[in-house]
Amino acid sequence: MKKTIVSAALTVATLGAAVTGASAATLDDVKAKGFVQCGVSQGLPGFSNPDSEGNWTGIDVDLCKGVAAAVFGDGSKVKYTPLSAKERFTALQSGEIDVLSRNTTWTATRDTTLGLNFAGVNYYDGQGFMVRKDLNVKSALELSGASVCTNTGTTTELNVADYFRANKLEYEIVAFEKADEVVAAYDAGRCDVYTTDQSGLYAQRLKLTNPADHTVLPEIISKEPLGPVVRQGDDQWFNIVKWTHFAMVNAEELGITSANVDEMKNSDNPAVKRVLGTEGEFGAALGLGNDWAYNIIKAVGNYGETFDRNVGPDTDLAISRGTNALWSNGGLQYAPPIR
Amino acid sequence: MSVSQTHGSGSAAAGEKPKVRLLNDPKFRSYIFQGVLVVFLAWLVWSMVNNAAINLKNAGVASGFGFLSNPAGFGLNFSPFIDYSETSSFLDVYWVGLQNTLVLAVVGVFFATLIGFIVGVARLSNNWVINRMAYVYVEVMRNIPLLLQIFIWYKGVLAALPGKRNSLDWGFLGQLNAAGLYAPKPVFAEGAGLIGWALLVAVAVTFGINRWAKQRQVKTGERFPVFWTGLGLVIVLPLLAYFATGMPVSFEYPAQGNFGPRGGMQIIPEFIALLIALSTYTAAFIAEIVRAGILAVNKGQTEASYALGLRPGQTLRLNIIPQAMRVIIPPLTSQYLNLTKNSSLAVAIAYPDLTAIFAGTALNQTGQAVEIIGMTMLTYLAISLVTSLFMNWYNAKMSLVER
Repeated sequence: MKKTIVSAALTVATLGAAVTGASAATLDDVKAKGFVQCGVSQGLPGFSNPDSEGNWTGIDVDLCKGVAAAVFGDGSKVKYTPLSAKERFTALQSGEIDVLSRNTTWTATRDTTLGLNFAGVNYYDGQGFMVRKDLNVKSALELSGASVCTNTGTTTELNVADYFRANKLEYEIVAFEKADEVVAAYDAGRCDVYTTDQSGLYAQRLKLTNPADHTVLPEIISKEPLGPVVRQGDDQWFNIVKWTHFAMVNAEELGITSANVDEMKNSDNPAVKRVLGTEGEFGAALGLGNDWAYNIIKAVGNYGETFDRNVGPDTDLAISRGTNALWSNGGLQYAPPIR
Repeated sequence: MSVSQTHGSGSAAAGEKPKVRLLNDPKFRSYIFQGVLVVFLAWLVWSMVNNAAINLKNAGVASGFGFLSNPAGFGLNFSPFIDYSETSSFLDVYWVGLQNTLVLAVVGVFFATLIGFIVGVARLSNNWVINRMAYVYVEVMRNIPLLLQIFIWYKGVLAALPGKRNSLDWGFLGQLNAAGLYAPKPVFAEGAGLIGWALLVAVAVTFGINRWAKQRQVKTGERFPVFWTGLGLVIVLPLLAYFATGMPVSFEYPAQGNFGPRGGMQIIPEFIALLIALSTYTAAFIAEIVRAGILAVNKGQTEASYALGLRPGQTLRLNIIPQAMRVIIPPLTSQYLNLTKNSSLAVAIAYPDLTAIFAGTALNQTGQAVEIIGMTMLTYLAISLVTSLFMNWYNAKMSLVER
């Protein structure tokens, strides 16, 4: 009898200890398990979408691959967790994923109250509206009385409320948990309007029965800076994710591509040398090898390459660079220098 | 046992308690063990709460209930009784969610009971066709997962309705389309309250008549047509009030807007789909409970009724059902609880119930998972306990009164 009580008490004590002591450095955890666990969407073409063979592609997926390349020198060491908008932050907080790269808008509330940090912006977006062409609506201001389908638990849901209220328009909101359900409901005629980030509208339009029957209205009603998110309190991991994106932007600026990266290693340009690790010890400061940025570019290419490959003018989404062009070309993509 | 035998010497008389050491006293030992268990459980709960609080603080996650007074900022498309706008607080979101859950549960329970009783009785019918139809209904409805049935009603049936600009026009009943039923909305002008009072008076008088008629029947054996009198009162009195106050009730019909019907009373398709799915599904279980209850009443009761000259309908209503109720009520309660809890499947099709908008949207906008999930669980627990209390009271009232 005594023995069982003692062992029961011991079990409880160890359980308690296991619960309290669960916050080691993410980099060490990732190295120990051998892959990066990346939270992505449940299927948003261009951003994170599985193809028919189950391989994930997209601009958000490339960021995950970049992080894996920086850590392991191999962009394929990523495992993906598809998450709904509602589940995403809890999954990151609980440690189920190492990085959340899921077209997530950076807002003050999310940055300050969730115990999370946004590690940059890999896509500058804005919220838009899509309607059926036969409604003959030319502007969002003509939408009074419409019913609007959207995702629950998103900034979209809040923006649309603000916009309709500010413009004194009546509306009915229908909020679903999964993006696919929103698209299905809009397609079935439950709503007149589908609203989400404008890039998402172009992406989801491909899933509709007759994509050509739908049009995206010109208005952009919000700022939606989308970027990767990590847990607060682990600055090393935060830096790795942040600088993965910056390395890709810097590479584009310096003309380093996945095709010429080996050649560029012999470059005389000191800025290129610092990026590729032939000069300086920038990788070591991140807790990585000195060829971290070389590996990223080798695996996924520079920022411009991932943009063109996933959402650019030659893809089905056909989105122009616009605000996502480099700062030197009049866009917003700007990375601090590596020095 | 062996202890008392070894200690109990020959001098211990039959009536005397054998002297036992306190440690070996079974009563004392059981108190000790129960005390230890209670302390242990209390410690476990405290350490779990404490652990969560510390970890949340360390992770930099906000905690506490202050968020409840912050403005929610998002819209909701269904709130029949509570005024809600984007500027309402998260606490209002909670109330709207609770309201939507309760509205769905109450209406669902009503229809589930109605359909369940009809099917349950039909299942025992001597008419072969009715009997088999009820049988097929029960077997089909209770063997298909509820979530699937909700999807069938929502995506298969209601989504197939015409678009918003080609609504089916049902004239007085309103318009039906893929965005729901747009019914006329009653508008009450001044003086309309009198109609409500007239209805209340009519109901009260009917109850009075019922009592009087029962007493008279016991004394004299004469019967009084209580049902028809009551029905007449309930219809005539409010009508009189309506005309006397100058017809203060009008209907607001949905008008045709740019995007289909506007105004009136919109009943969203998510509500309709859930209501149909929940009530038909639960009705299948209730039907089986009703059948079991009726079969539990001895056949001799029916024969006795017939021997007294009661018609089959009267036999069922006056003799069989009241006795069957004693068997029916306890399992019926758990079906009501199931229906209420199953209403949280609303989250699958965008009906704004407590789980969807409070434990879903509000949680996501504030990130305060522990507080919100805790509140939601306590709320469902409270709803279930109140339902149980009521059904237990009703069960006690219906139980066999021994004379």
